[in-house]
Amino acid sequence: MKEMIRLMGITKEFEDELIIPTLNLTIYDGEFVTLLGPSGCGKTTMLRMIAGLETPTQGHIFLDNEDVTHLAPYKRNVNMVFQHYALFPHMTVEENIRFGLLMKKVPRKEQQKRIADVLQLTQLEELRYRKPQQMSGGQQQRVAIARALVNNPKVLLLDEPLGALDYKLRKTMQLELRNLQQRLGITFIYVTHDQEEALTMSDRVIIVNGGRIEQDDPPARIYQYPRSRFAASFIGENNFFPLPDDDSRLLSVRPQFINVCALDDKERKGPEPFHTGTIEQILFCGTFDKLFIRLDDSRDMVTAYQYYEDYRKWSVEDRVGIWWNTQDGVQVTK
Amino acid sequence: MRRGKLLVLPAMGWLGLFFALPLLIVVVVSFASRTAYGQVVFQWNLENYLRFLEPLYLKIFAFTLGTAFITTLWTFAMGYPVAYTIAMILPKKWQQAGIILVMIPFWINFLIRSYSWVIILRAQGLVNTFLLHFGFIEKPLGLLYNNTAVLLGMVYGLLPFMVLPIYVSLEQMDKRLLEAASDLGASPFTAFRKITLPLTLPGVAAGSILVFISSLGMFVVPDIMGGAKSSLMGNVIQNQFLAARDWPFGSALSIILALLSLVMIILYYKALEAQKGGKQHEEKLA
Repeated sequence: MKEMIRLMGITKEFEDELIIPTLNLTIYDGEFVTLLGPSGCGKTTMLRMIAGLETPTQGHIFLDNEDVTHLAPYKRNVNMVFQHYALFPHMTVEENIRFGLLMKKVPRKEQQKRIADVLQLTQLEELRYRKPQQMSGGQQQRVAIARALVNNPKVLLLDEPLGALDYKLRKTMQLELRNLQQRLGITFIYVTHDQEEALTMSDRVIIVNGGRIEQDDPPARIYQYPRSRFAASFIGENNFFPLPDDDSRLLSVRPQFINVCALDDKERKGPEPFHTGTIEQILFCGTFDKLFIRLDDSRDMVTAYQYYEDYRKWSVEDRVGIWWNTQDGVQVTK
Repeated sequence: MRRGKLLVLPAMGWLGLFFALPLLIVVVVSFASRTAYGQVVFQWNLENYLRFLEPLYLKIFAFTLGTAFITTLWTFAMGYPVAYTIAMILPKKWQQAGIILVMIPFWINFLIRSYSWVIILRAQGLVNTFLLHFGFIEKPLGLLYNNTAVLLGMVYGLLPFMVLPIYVSLEQMDKRLLEAASDLGASPFTAFRKITLPLTLPGVAAGSILVFISSLGMFVVPDIMGGAKSSLMGNVIQNQFLAARDWPFGSALSIILALLSLVMIILYYKALEAQKGGKQHEEKLA
């Protein structure tokens, strides 16, 4: 695979505060890579350094094998979709999209063609003479994407581009963006704090915590085999149990793999429960019930999802036992 | 809610008594005539307005307009960089200090500030003394009592009225737009030309209106720094009231200036509304 971006020994300080301690990362041509982490973890700073909007304190950034560490943003062949779109309010949709082409002195004829293409791609043809304020959030979002894509960037950087949209629209746009990326084959670097978004869209998810890469794997692997407690709890929900002979690691078990049985049920199947406890709270979640069980031994809270025949079966204060299949337990670092 | 409305009554009363009523009197007087000794007699006629059309007054009016226009241009040329520096270049913690520096002259009476220019520019003034002392010139330069001196005084006095609205519009501008422009390939200068300048034009327009209207009525500066040679509408009006004792004519000239200012303010709001047209549409969508 062809290398598109390489971050080598990057560090970043803001006013003597170390935001990013040494970072190394390679991103390949045509990949959809997501930087996922809580707010303030440094993921947006990483993106902005690739765009050139921030300069790393140390280290080098290569774009398509060219050292761009100190190249001004307007000289880099990457484009960014900003979190709040940053559309130019005094320009129409078409003028916004044309802006980048004018800057690069693209001939008039080609401008028209590329604008027409990208308007069609983002389904904005009807809205081309509107001003940003006259459009809905989703439409503005599409303009922001069109304005970036029309420049045929080598890499498209997206900074929480769907953050301001409501839930339904976000779902639709996720799908649209993913399809768009696959059709165009452009490298996408996507920043989000929404784990579901990261899992559904990306080829590769990079979990960032405190400026460090916590885990760098394809979505399924990230979900099934989290490496650390942070990764295991940041993506989806998880339960953690101490390991008897290993102080540096924990056993993580997803709530859907926790089996619950009534302690007084004489005909119950399955092994002897690993832990016993009391149901403290039950949340109705539509397709499943979410049980919060207080364990007798450690007083820890365990979360379990109950589907199908176990759905709507329990009540608060029920005495229960829990167990899981050993292959569902994943060891993670603390 | 209805009780709260009573709270505006004092302000309304104040404005009515000290603003609306005097204005009404000026309007009434402008249609009156006067006796040989300057007494106002209420014989209605348009004489005062027609007198404005005499070449002498039209010339002064044109000169006043020209001076106001040039003053506006200069305050813009000098004020924009000042506002830009304060809003965009100074670190956040120094911005407040910058704005206070711009406003400090307001703490001193305008009359006194105008006289200090006289002290600086007159024949035995600061500049001439300095130049003479070091032998740059043989005899004092005539820096005072000409149109350039008037212009200098007006630009100096009105500069803050240009700086403040421009500063506000720069301050309110979304700075991320400049990042977006840079990301799309615009050099800093191009980004200024294509993004910053168009987006701060409302501030420029507001500043220009303030400066232009203030220049139209200015009489202190030409009086003190222009000597006898330069006369603006403001001086003519002042003369009608204080020296010539022709209140009706002075009132008519005041009304003409006020109407001109009013027209410009209306045009400004129309332009602003046209620009904001999109915003209202957005509200309808939401």
